[in-house]
Amino acid sequence: MSRRWRAAVLVVAALGLGVTLAGCGASGSANSITLYSGQHVQTTQSLVAAFKKATGIQVNVRSDGENTLADQIVTEGSNSPADVIFAENSPSLEFLEGRGMLGPVTPSTLAQVPSQYNSPKGDWVGVSTRVSVIIYNPSRIAASQLPTTVLQLADPRYTGKIAIAAAETDFQPIITSVAHTYGRAAAVAWLKGIASNAGSRAYPNNETVANEVNRGSVAFGVIDQYYWYRMQAEIGKSKMHSQLAYFAPHDPGYVIDVSGAAVLKSSGHAANAKRFLAFLVSRQGQQIIAHSTSFEYPIAPGVTTAQPETPFSQLQPNPISIAELGDGSNAIELLKQAGLL
Amino acid sequence: MASVASAPTTGPRSHPAGSAIVAARRKAPSWILLGISCAVALVLAAPLVFLLLEARGAGAGTVASLIWRPLTKTLLWNTVRLTVVVTLLCAIIGTVAAWFVECTDLPFRRVWAVLVVIPFAIPDFVVSFGWSSLSTWVQGFRGAVLVMTLAVYPLVYLPVAASFRSADPGQEEAARSLGLGRIQTFVRVTLRQAQGAILGGCLLVTLVILAEYGAFEILGYQTFTTEIFTELQVSFSVATACALSLVLVVLGIFVLGGDLLVRGTGRVVRTGAFAQRANRRHALGHARLPVLLAFVALVGLALGVPIGSSIYWMFQGGAASISGVSILSAGWHTAIYSGSTAALATLMALPVALLAVRHDSRAARLLERSTYLVLAMPGLVIALALSYFAERYAGGFGYQTASLLVVAYSILFFPLALVGVRTSVAYAPVGLEEAAQSLGARRLAVFRRVTLPLVGPGLAAAFCLVFLAGLTELTATLVLVPTGVQTLSTQFWAYQQNYSYGQAAPFALVIIAVAAVPSYVIARYFDRLPAHARRST
Repeated sequence: MSRRWRAAVLVVAALGLGVTLAGCGASGSANSITLYSGQHVQTTQSLVAAFKKATGIQVNVRSDGENTLADQIVTEGSNSPADVIFAENSPSLEFLEGRGMLGPVTPSTLAQVPSQYNSPKGDWVGVSTRVSVIIYNPSRIAASQLPTTVLQLADPRYTGKIAIAAAETDFQPIITSVAHTYGRAAAVAWLKGIASNAGSRAYPNNETVANEVNRGSVAFGVIDQYYWYRMQAEIGKSKMHSQLAYFAPHDPGYVIDVSGAAVLKSSGHAANAKRFLAFLVSRQGQQIIAHSTSFEYPIAPGVTTAQPETPFSQLQPNPISIAELGDGSNAIELLKQAGLL
Repeated sequence: MASVASAPTTGPRSHPAGSAIVAARRKAPSWILLGISCAVALVLAAPLVFLLLEARGAGAGTVASLIWRPLTKTLLWNTVRLTVVVTLLCAIIGTVAAWFVECTDLPFRRVWAVLVVIPFAIPDFVVSFGWSSLSTWVQGFRGAVLVMTLAVYPLVYLPVAASFRSADPGQEEAARSLGLGRIQTFVRVTLRQAQGAILGGCLLVTLVILAEYGAFEILGYQTFTTEIFTELQVSFSVATACALSLVLVVLGIFVLGGDLLVRGTGRVVRTGAFAQRANRRHALGHARLPVLLAFVALVGLALGVPIGSSIYWMFQGGAASISGVSILSAGWHTAIYSGSTAALATLMALPVALLAVRHDSRAARLLERSTYLVLAMPGLVIALALSYFAERYAGGFGYQTASLLVVAYSILFFPLALVGVRTSVAYAPVGLEEAAQSLGARRLAVFRRVTLPLVGPGLAAAFCLVFLAGLTELTATLVLVPTGVQTLSTQFWAYQQNYSYGQAAPFALVIIAVAAVPSYVIARYFDRLPAHARRST
């Protein structure tokens, strides 16, 4: 019996050791940086792998919602294990900048990107862009019946036809854009109209919106264009039962979303972190984005998407600025007032 | 499993004062045991304390505006109606299935006894994925009712089947001989005997539904738990998410309190104490075929659809989509985390169980009861509380490490470990230890050579139970997993969220395959346990 007892102790000890080792394996060494990434896992992975090949620097990735990560960084304060934050949208970066959490980006890195897509203060750099569009299922609604302006989403004739991922950070810039154009009161009324049109089904993210419209369980929804292309790459052309449509040129719903990255002020590996940022906007980094199946638009001049989607230069978005999009807190407040959050 | 919240039935005064040793031991548990148990209870209570601290950090105004916003009404209505409907359905399906398996001459009943339980080992989010990826009909409320019922009815089946197995056939015979009809006998005697088990099962179902996240997220059904995640995703605020968690904890405490109230009233008496006698099985007659078909349907829906759907998507994705390396790495981390948790939780449960069973006193009972409070805290809440505390108040100590994840798991699954350990401790008669002591063996030697071998199998069952729970955990893992690490469930989740079904499906299948092993061990253990040990827990 005592042998069994000893065996049990050994097992427990081995497991304890395993945990300790697993814990150590995850923590950073000198030639590695920690990346908090709100970007899609696949996009991030190919960039991180190429960066390691080029520089030998290991990047430990923590993937989560961008706002979750932004809040984590604030809570962690100077203890934050993160060196770089890579966000899908500008508001979470603006939020961190406003809290004084970001260090300045190297000027040569900023210079790679058109200035309207960088932080106005220079604390984060734009990496890629996407555009908001309508996804619709032609068997559920004809193209001619679709809204041409985002305001029509609240029209009662679309009751039960709309899918919106209210909690998705891609939707917030649209709300900010509407509030910027028409005022807060009109924006709340508009959101309430959407809420009653959308019914009780909750869509946690844009992937779900795209998928449900494609399956025909709902007529149309608002997403960023790349979800549709990613879905097509995933399930194959033969299973695509949905189409994309654009809002009228310069409509408040026609918004460019900028994904960007920044080095944290608290970073203990700032030099390597800055190299990573430079890599993201370098020709090589931008080419990876241009060819990746994430279907985002590369941001640096001279690199265009290799994917068969509407070229960036042909888009006609609402010319709202990064500063006007802000940190998104207004949009969240409006969503709460309308009962969507 | 029903015994999670059942109270000890014997009081200190009911013991004969004959043995001086017994009396002495019952009055004074060793200080070491008491101290360790208190420490365990403190660790278990820690998340709740942290939660209160954090909610206070959010400010009363924020908390109030969060709780009184328009959405809360929807969330409350969604949570309550789903809980009521699913609990009722599970109670019916679980009880009826258990009765047919244990009390009738159902063909292949030993096979059914296993097949009916296995859905317990399939994570709810996999069941949800399996169903919703096949049909757009499965979504919202109806989807949630369907998926949750099929995923959690074994929580009622298991304790009720055990209770039928050990039920006293004499009572039914007496009822029949006194002129009660078949149906009346079933309702007034058979069901009454199983009442405690049914209630215990329903309690667990209710708590699972309150804590569920993954399945509802897939189905697009909003409850408090999904909303806490949303709050975390959009609002830049862990503090407000913690404040919202308090609502969930209050709901859980209500459920636990209600259970205690109802439970206090019933009493089961045997005609001949401890005289175990095989139940006479009811003949099904012409009902055989329809009942058999019903079992085929139940197993097909609960087991066939999730597994079949996962296999379908795996082949749709093609072999290229399967990454063997990432499955191995995720599997390794899952095994390490779950294994360490199982060891730690079992160790933590041992002193509390010893204290509760061997040194039954008001203090011991209170201590044991206090650990049930954990049941009211969903995994997400515990994870948030620990993570936030580590980064906010502990200077980042343990933050984002595997150790913190294991501690959170151990707190979360402590009640499960306690079930197994408590059963086995109750099964080990204290007399044997006393005999060993009277023969001159030292305390440590007695523990090593007598106590441990007796409680060993029960400890193994507790280990497996916790291991299984760790294997299928998603919610707390998403919050606490160390940077750069994926477990089987988080990797499945990442792919599923991306609608990469072909890549998600292999992870679901690996989880199901691995989960089958501990489920089998547990089923065997609880099946073999003598009836009196089961009853006394």
